[in-house]
Amino acid sequence: MKILVCISDVPDTTTKVKFKDDNTAFETAGVQWVINPWDELSLTRAVEMKEKTPGLIDNITVVTVGPKESEATIRKALAIGADNAIRVDALPKDAFYVASQIAEAVKNENFDIILTGIDSADYNGSAVGGMLAEMLDLTSVSSVSSLNAENSKVTVTREIEGGTETIEAATPFLAIVQKGIAIEPKIPAMRGIMMARTKPLKVVEPADSETLTHIEKFEMPQAKGACKKFDAEGVDELVNLLHNEAKMI
Amino acid sequence: MAILVYTENREGKFKKATFELLSYAQEIAQKTNTSVVALSIGNVEDETLKTLGQYGAKKIISVKNAPEFLDNKIYTDIITSVIEKEAANIVIMAHNLSGKALAPRISARLKAGLVSAAVSTPSSYDPFVVKKAVFTGKAFAHIKVNTALKVITLAQNSFGINDPQDQDVSIETFDAGVDTNSKTKLIDTHKITGKLLLTDAEVVVSGGRGMKSADNWHLLEELADVLGAGLACSRPISDEGWRPHDEHVGQTGKIIAPTLYIACGISGAIQHVGGISASKCIVAINKDPDAPIFEVADYGIVGDFQNVLPQLLEAVKNIKNS
Ligand SMILES: Cc1cc2nc3c(=O)[nH]c(=O)nc-3n(C[C@H](O)[C@H](O)[C@H](O)COP(=O)(O)OP(=O)(O)OC[C@H]3O[C@@H](n4cnc5c(N)ncnc54)[C@H](O)[C@@H]3O)c2cc1C
Repeated sequence: MKILVCISDVPDTTTKVKFKDDNTAFETAGVQWVINPWDELSLTRAVEMKEKTPGLIDNITVVTVGPKESEATIRKALAIGADNAIRVDALPKDAFYVASQIAEAVKNENFDIILTGIDSADYNGSAVGGMLAEMLDLTSVSSVSSLNAENSKVTVTREIEGGTETIEAATPFLAIVQKGIAIEPKIPAMRGIMMARTKPLKVVEPADSETLTHIEKFEMPQAKGACKKFDAEGVDELVNLLHNEAKMI
Repeated sequence: MAILVYTENREGKFKKATFELLSYAQEIAQKTNTSVVALSIGNVEDETLKTLGQYGAKKIISVKNAPEFLDNKIYTDIITSVIEKEAANIVIMAHNLSGKALAPRISARLKAGLVSAAVSTPSSYDPFVVKKAVFTGKAFAHIKVNTALKVITLAQNSFGINDPQDQDVSIETFDAGVDTNSKTKLIDTHKITGKLLLTDAEVVVSGGRGMKSADNWHLLEELADVLGAGLACSRPISDEGWRPHDEHVGQTGKIIAPTLYIACGISGAIQHVGGISASKCIVAINKDPDAPIFEVADYGIVGDFQNVLPQLLEAVKNIKNS
């Protein structure tokens, strides 16, 4: 089986978010870039399956749509255990554009399983996976929290409101994954880091594609008022405030 | 033209989130001189369908012929056929599990610009601009949609629900004529029973590593009981298996926006706060006066949970009984 893991290069989750150019662009100076947390967990699960069941997974490819700078993140994915990588040399413009680029880059590669994250830590679009499934005409299941595969069959667990469902599907198949797919991201070992340097990274030119949306401007949330703090003796007073002032209880 | 709202049911019933969507759609309909059409997929009694009218739907399209579990492709077939039939120009869904599964497929199929996790009604209609949360609650972006058909998923609890009003509403049973044979097979279903779901809860009581051990959770459970609250936790708690995964909130768990969020023994790491910052009121209990959670809290108690929680429970009981 061949697995494709779509990875997005996002600011580290602890980044202090700032904007520039009159709030029309994200300030990237000083930002640490990481693999989007969900994508890192997807990749961790793919590598786990490859290692645990010899012969099941022949190849894990990662794909990203991003500029040259995103190659640091791609190398990290290779160090975690992907076999090769594809980078579509374009700036991600919107989810539709990104999904179109990935679809174009992989449509002839016959992947059995495609994994995407349910959300990206930057624009929180929750969209690329579903769009890609549609463009490639694939069966997709979203909010997947566990994944197993054998021969040409996958079994996934997905979260539903108030529970979980176990679902079986034939490959080719696209899973949009969330928490649970793996618990901790795999940390690359020294050997992995060394090997990553020589693993194939193919750079492809972007295809012609439109965008459907455009970010006009960014806005920071309003600053919160100061917290009204009490010590343990003040519990009654706090509850009174919650009842009478905030009308919360 | 029409505004189509996907009104999802859970076991034949509509939840608060659905009425929120309709109220949101109603406001957009008034501003744009159109009307709201609700689409229900699955088996829902007519009496129940009618309640959708009370929140603004003028017409309800009921598609009963569908798989009983969510099949992304078939549901997309159904919804897109109704979009075309009603000549909808705006499609509204909840930013919940099924909205996240379906909206992107609809968007890609019909080349309709998608705004996911919108937090308010459009700030302008021409151009069409909607505000959404980005960077996990750390900022907002104003998204301009370039296409004639627009798809919006609405972030939970971001719009007030209208008071229900009786108005005329028509129900049309519609056969979308799509192939309903799923390529996926449902093997097993596990339902969480006897507990208020986090996404439905108005009040949420949440615990972190400061709670010291799973054995101390009864203190939070009792408080949640009295408040009619749902239970949540920080990520290490569910990773450790002290609490089930469905209670994990934050960047990599659930993003929630209850009216009241009570955080106990939670430091307030940025990834945690991302999942709760849209709460209307945050109360923090932490023994460290400098814990970052106090920077986002409206009210705080600096103290040990062992001491604070029993007192809090008593005080809340007194209010509830008075
Ligand atoms: C990519 C990524 C994603 C993440 N996603 C999430 C996420 O979705 N959700 C999430 O929660 N975390 C997430 N985290 C983890 C996050 O960074 C923090 O590690 C985590 O939130 C800390 O949990 P905590 O507040 O329970 O524990 P701690 O940070 O250990 O805080 C415990 C707090 O309890 C207080 N305390 C201790 N004893 C007592 C006492 N007796 N009485 C009262 N207070 C006491 C302490 O003062 C402290 O503030 C993520 C991290 C990464 C890197």
